[in-house]
Amino acid sequence: MDAKKIIMDGTGIRRALARIAHEVLERNKGIDALVILGIPTRGVNLARMLEEKIYEIERVHLPIGTLDATLYRDDLGRREEQPSLKETDIPISIEGKHVVLFDDVLFTGRTIRAAMNALIDFGRPKTIQLAVLIDRGFRELPIRADYVGKNIPTSLKEDVQVHLEDVDGVSEVIVIPKGDGVEA
Amino acid sequence: MRLKRKDLLDIEDLSRDEIELIMSTAKSFREVSDRDIKKVPTLRGKTIINMFYEPSTRTRTSFEIAAKRMSADAINISVSTSSTVKGETLKDTAKNLEAMNPDCIVIRHASSGGPHMLARYLKCPVINAGDGTHEHPSQALLDLFTVNDAKGRIEGLKVVIAGDIAHSRVARSNIHGFSTMGAEVRVVGPPTMIPVGIERLGCSVVDSLEEAIVGADVVMMLRVQFERLHRPLFPSIREYSLVFGLDTEKLKKAPPDVAILHPGPVNRGVEISPEVADGPYSLILDQVKNGVAVRMALFYLLVGGAKE
Repeated sequence: MDAKKIIMDGTGIRRALARIAHEVLERNKGIDALVILGIPTRGVNLARMLEEKIYEIERVHLPIGTLDATLYRDDLGRREEQPSLKETDIPISIEGKHVVLFDDVLFTGRTIRAAMNALIDFGRPKTIQLAVLIDRGFRELPIRADYVGKNIPTSLKEDVQVHLEDVDGVSEVIVIPKGDGVEA
Repeated sequence: MRLKRKDLLDIEDLSRDEIELIMSTAKSFREVSDRDIKKVPTLRGKTIINMFYEPSTRTRTSFEIAAKRMSADAINISVSTSSTVKGETLKDTAKNLEAMNPDCIVIRHASSGGPHMLARYLKCPVINAGDGTHEHPSQALLDLFTVNDAKGRIEGLKVVIAGDIAHSRVARSNIHGFSTMGAEVRVVGPPTMIPVGIERLGCSVVDSLEEAIVGADVVMMLRVQFERLHRPLFPSIREYSLVFGLDTEKLKKAPPDVAILHPGPVNRGVEISPEVADGPYSLILDQVKNGVAVRMALFYLLVGGAKE
């Protein structure tokens, strides 16, 4: 744990979310037909935090939901152990909506590919936009984020972990050597 | 997390952690059946063979729907259309099916231990969909899931299993399952239908249904299996129904929030009255709905991973 680097604290996360809220509103010219979906685990909390920020600005609550992409992963059948499934809960039809997907860390892009496939099985959204708290690079697919909290250069020997107060008791983003800490 | 086993043959073998893993996985799968497009690509390219050597509507359909909703190819073989009528042995049938490289075989067989024998010969996972009077593990898992969903827990619940315990693989699997999960299990039925020494599975025996359901959180009524009654074990259906059938009058002895389960098919007016089967405390149709999610979870955990 000595090599742990804090690259964002609670205040930094709040400020990044406030900026992303403004960017989402600017790009979509308001809140019409907007839906925010979080990717488990911490994307769900980030989606909720983004919705709160948008409410502070617009005084309107947006529909939020949870999208677990595990069943659409491309590495099922290649792993020794099956990844554990999380909840999916999309409270309204996404047909014709502008859907903002929120994940904590954008890395290879494979989770987002799976999430987009999963989402399209629920209907045909007008647009799918991607928000992430951290973009750490190393993409393996042609995917980029529309809203980024912070870009950080990392090495493949490192893990990036987002901790949020609701889940972990403390809000921070840390970089640690691979294999330390707990699996998110 | 993974199930550390190739096959699902009985509940007796399962640990509490494994049962909890199956239940939590099933919980995530339940939502898939409520979608407009009820399909996920998880088992694309996998082949699942359902071999049913005994009649079944619910279980066979449930396994087939579970496989199809996960994009697997499901093939159903029933005994009347299989080579068994030409005299092929179970082992030969299995070896021939294996030559076609399936990814899982689901089997129901009239002989207790049939699926276990098959599992020894086959490299692919085998799921027991009911073997003779031994076990029916997927049924017990969906019962556990349904009770946990309705009551929020299983630990400490009082569970009554009533009826033909002797012939019931559902009873045996549920006694193991509920006792592993920390519930208190009582069985009740005509003395001719209670096997000697059943207490060793982890339950107590009560003589009267009315007495058994006092303070019960869950009452599971079993079907009288007329097809397995080769000699009479009770004087008449009318008498069975009067003494061991659950009707609204007897149900008054149970707490108001009691949950009623029945694995189906129901003999209406024999072991359970229509008013109780269709009543507000009945979870019978929830059991059927949850059965699909539980079987999807079993496929996900047993078939979805890397091959050895």
